[in-house]
Amino acid sequence: MRVLGRVTALAWRHPVPFLLAYLCLLGATAFALLLPRLLGSAVDTAFLARSEGRLVVLALLIVLVGAMRGLLGYGQTYLGEWLSQRVAYELRNALFQKLERLSFGFHDQQQTGNLMSRATADVEGVRWFVSMGLLRAGQVVLLIGGAAALLFLLDVKLTAMALAFIPFAAWRTTVIARAMRRIWTQVQQLTGELTTVLQENLTGARVVRAFGAEEFEKRKFDATAREVASTSVEASRLQAVNSSQLTLAFTAATALVLWFGGRQVLAGTMTPGELAQFIFYLTILAMPVRMTGWVVNSLSRGVSSGERIFEVLDTRSPVRDRPGAHDLGRVHGHVRFENVSFSYNDGTGPPVLRDISFEARPGQVVALVGAPGSGKSTVVHLIPRFYDVTRGRVTIDGTDVRDVTLASLRRNVGIALQDVFLFSASIRENVAYGRPDIPFAQVVEAAKLAQLHDFVATLPQGYETHVGERGVTLSGGQRQRLAIARVLLLGPPILILDDSTSSVDAHTEHLLRQALAEVMKGRTTFVIANRLTTLQSADLVLVLQDGETVQRGTHAELVQQPGLYQDVYRLQLLPQEERVPMSAPGDGDGS
Amino acid sequence: MHWAMHGRLGSALEEEGLGKLYDHQVVIRLFKYVKPNWRLAAISIPLLLVNTATSVAVPWLVKIGIDSLLVSRSLHLLGQAALALLALALINFVSGYFHQLTLAKLSQGVLYSLRSQMFHHLQRLSVSFYDRNEVGRVMSRVQNDVVQLQEFLSVMVLSLADLLSLVGIVAALLLMNVPLAAIALAVIPVLFGVMVVWQRYARRSFMEVRRAIALVNTDLQENISGVRVIQSLSRENTNIQRFDRYNAQHLDANIQAGRLSAAVLPVVEVLTAASMALVVGVGGVMSMNGALAVSTVIAFVLYIQRFFDPIRNLTMQYTQVQRAMVSGTRIFELLDTRPEVQDAPEAKELPPVRGEIRFEGVRFAYTPGVEVLKGIDIHIRPGETVALVGATGAGKTTVTALMARFYDVTAGRITVDGYDIRDVTRASLARQMAMVLQEPFLYSATVKENICFNRLDATDEQVVAAAEAVGAHEFIMKLPQGYDTVLQERGQNLSMGQRQLVSFARALLADPCILILDEATASIDSGTEALVQEALRTVLRARTAIVIAHRLSTVRNADRIVVLDQGQVMEEGTHQDLLARGGRYADLYRTYFAAGATAG
Repeated sequence: MRVLGRVTALAWRHPVPFLLAYLCLLGATAFALLLPRLLGSAVDTAFLARSEGRLVVLALLIVLVGAMRGLLGYGQTYLGEWLSQRVAYELRNALFQKLERLSFGFHDQQQTGNLMSRATADVEGVRWFVSMGLLRAGQVVLLIGGAAALLFLLDVKLTAMALAFIPFAAWRTTVIARAMRRIWTQVQQLTGELTTVLQENLTGARVVRAFGAEEFEKRKFDATAREVASTSVEASRLQAVNSSQLTLAFTAATALVLWFGGRQVLAGTMTPGELAQFIFYLTILAMPVRMTGWVVNSLSRGVSSGERIFEVLDTRSPVRDRPGAHDLGRVHGHVRFENVSFSYNDGTGPPVLRDISFEARPGQVVALVGAPGSGKSTVVHLIPRFYDVTRGRVTIDGTDVRDVTLASLRRNVGIALQDVFLFSASIRENVAYGRPDIPFAQVVEAAKLAQLHDFVATLPQGYETHVGERGVTLSGGQRQRLAIARVLLLGPPILILDDSTSSVDAHTEHLLRQALAEVMKGRTTFVIANRLTTLQSADLVLVLQDGETVQRGTHAELVQQPGLYQDVYRLQLLPQEERVPMSAPGDGDGS
Repeated sequence: MHWAMHGRLGSALEEEGLGKLYDHQVVIRLFKYVKPNWRLAAISIPLLLVNTATSVAVPWLVKIGIDSLLVSRSLHLLGQAALALLALALINFVSGYFHQLTLAKLSQGVLYSLRSQMFHHLQRLSVSFYDRNEVGRVMSRVQNDVVQLQEFLSVMVLSLADLLSLVGIVAALLLMNVPLAAIALAVIPVLFGVMVVWQRYARRSFMEVRRAIALVNTDLQENISGVRVIQSLSRENTNIQRFDRYNAQHLDANIQAGRLSAAVLPVVEVLTAASMALVVGVGGVMSMNGALAVSTVIAFVLYIQRFFDPIRNLTMQYTQVQRAMVSGTRIFELLDTRPEVQDAPEAKELPPVRGEIRFEGVRFAYTPGVEVLKGIDIHIRPGETVALVGATGAGKTTVTALMARFYDVTAGRITVDGYDIRDVTRASLARQMAMVLQEPFLYSATVKENICFNRLDATDEQVVAAAEAVGAHEFIMKLPQGYDTVLQERGQNLSMGQRQLVSFARALLADPCILILDEATASIDSGTEALVQEALRTVLRARTAIVIAHRLSTVRNADRIVVLDQGQVMEEGTHQDLLARGGRYADLYRTYFAAGATAG
């Protein structure tokens, strides 16, 4: 109920259309109720009063009532649509803004599909509630109540008999509507599963073929598809029961009215016109009774959809501007970690970082080394506040990063993430993603620095080439160079490169490193690295293990000490020495 | 990247244009899917006829009942009419229920076969198809287009029922009284005219709505998936503004469409009322003159009340039919795409092999005329590890792709133990081969399921053994549910290195005779990498392996190095041989060393 109250409040933000819609609804219903009455008296006029003049007046009135009903119906439908679409629009915007601002901690735990379905199916569910539950419901109640009242005035016993089935029919259709909703949710879920199977199969087309897993995949898909089909049939079966039994009820009621009303007509206690009125009223009641199912349905759908939407809207991002947060300005890039500990889920998860302290002076290069899951990425993610520390603090130029606005902080920190995401837009737009209004010449310059330009120049459309769907048309190495170009364009005093040179071929990497050496001058740089050259040139190497710094120093110092670094150096760095000269991982052939 | 456009499916937006109302090819082919279920159709159609007849008969029986009151004044006749009405209601109920049920079974059966057939076909299509068609594009065919057809089928059924009841009502009116029927039906041409004009606007408007929602959803999806980049580049505000623009467009389109839908109401209401008024006026006067029974006027009014819904439905469904024709064309286009790599008609099973591989004069072009491999000869002995080395575009990936038969050679041949791989079934070849790609591909399933993949018979012990062999066991055990931890979309809850280890374990479990490895170790971190290198050595020892190597250690350990350059084999030999030979390998190797020194 609380949820429905909130949705109603959203609709009530537009009181004028809301009230007007209700006014139209009232009027349209009143005129609808008038029509059977006019038709009934027309029958009596023709049969009993036999007055041509009255008949003509009645005919004109019928047209007038029809016209009024039509006009008011227009207003009701249009305003209802306006209102419900407006609420949907506002919710969608609110959701989008929230999702855009919620920190990594939230997004780590959510699947894209789940969030999408909240912003699409659930918004639609709430819209449906506004349109059905808030507005149409009034019409249903008024029509059924009004018709019952008018008929009671005519003949209490016959009315009771004729309308006795309505509560029953309304109850049945409600029960079925609920069952239908359950089944539809199930159908949707199954369809979602089908989508996942399909999507993963298509994305992994090469792997499926390489392992000869086609039959396995087919069985998986067919099993789900069969379930979709049988569940859909069940939904249709319920639908069939529902519509058939409503028709049955109405026809049976007509038969009853005909029999009992007819006896009264024969006995002279009722006019033929009144009997006709009964039958006409029954006809116009079919629609609202059918609708009760939808109305009740829209309530429960509104509750569950609303809950899912408000759950997101009510999530407070753990990472947000503090009240009174000030603008950081442009920093020198003096970064300090002071006894930093971190665990996910707002500090409730298992510890990921324990008591990390180090300092990077402006212009220095800090390299982080460690096994997967040792916490290297987490360390650098704390600098632009993708997460907040659980204990300790991170400062830049002496200011706690939590005391400044996120926007001003992130302007100072450029990060090339490990998993390069490309937007389906042109290469130019992708490079300029953080600075959409930058002159093209600067985009080219950044691309040149990142060793991306030569590749782009070979494309038929150059910088206007569209890279779609997570950049399927670019190789891993090309994507990484693009990500670096993207960051370079920001010109940040602090630069973070998260493993980003790992799948660039040796030659490119060499050029890239030279370029970066230029770029890094005057910038504080953090590199997650497993390259000897990077480690050799770093001012500070931090060796992480299970979230702790087990060793620190320069490469030259560390190779002398017995410990993890020396092991790694002997096992991996040394034999690696320099990578195979001509190989180009990820840069697919035939391009 | 292959810029060739042939074999590429059109995108949803490109083909959003108007379809035909009736496309013979599509309808005929769809009909073929109905055929296996013809029994259901044979039951359903008579049921529909009975159902329509019984509902059209209701006003008529009311008329008979009223006649029994006003004309014959017979309680007996009234009772008969009421009972007949009840009987009719029951028949209507039963026929209605079974008609809808059989139809649902029929249409779901058709949809299931279509979906399943499309999916099976997608499994047969070659990798080249996926080079040319983005996943989203293909997905939209299997999903949206099938849904369109689903709606089309239900629309067809409803339209048939609507059409039948219209015919029934017109017939009943004409049978009762021809002049009055003519008067009552006079408004119909007007209504039809209005609806035809209206639906032209409405269709445009509904298409606008669909376009708008597509934009909103695409933008939303991209912003959710790319939220990390967006936040790291502080682009939230720009994107929020852009989304608001799309969202507002969507709102406007919907309000416009709502206005149009609502606009029909006054027209329909006025015309219905006019028709009733005419019947009441003219019919009333006629009945006063004794030319007509009052009951007929009542029956006419009841019929008119039932008349307009079918007409409205019919005109509204026009758009749906058109859309379905487009969808049908698109579905069949996909089904008609021929796989480029197919089992030869008399393809044999490849018997267990020792793993001797020969590339003999292999040439290959992705795009006709642009040769990527220009006559490659490689001989790999059973159990040998061959490292492929070469610059971007040299053809390394292509060599491995041809080995896996993702594509067929343009000229020359590839043999395994003397069998041309085109002469054996793809399945039997795949069974003896495993491949580790650079970008690990993981399902949103448990870690265990990801390692097993299609080897459903693998025991838990085998899975753990494979994971241990590649050094993945330790981190897997640290996951919340160990091997039963469900991986997120594309394994996002694992680091890149971890994902690679899992895909590595998968290849080990498959226990292939031939291993193709696009060396993925590049982004595995220092500590883990040592383990993998170790595991690799053990694994490679027993198998024939082709490795696209990125590591000096891998190259050094390889039995042989094949240096590719511009689609040709430049040099072959061990690391030492090649260095000693002072050829291209040595050349580039030294250049790199020199460069590395300045950088270091």
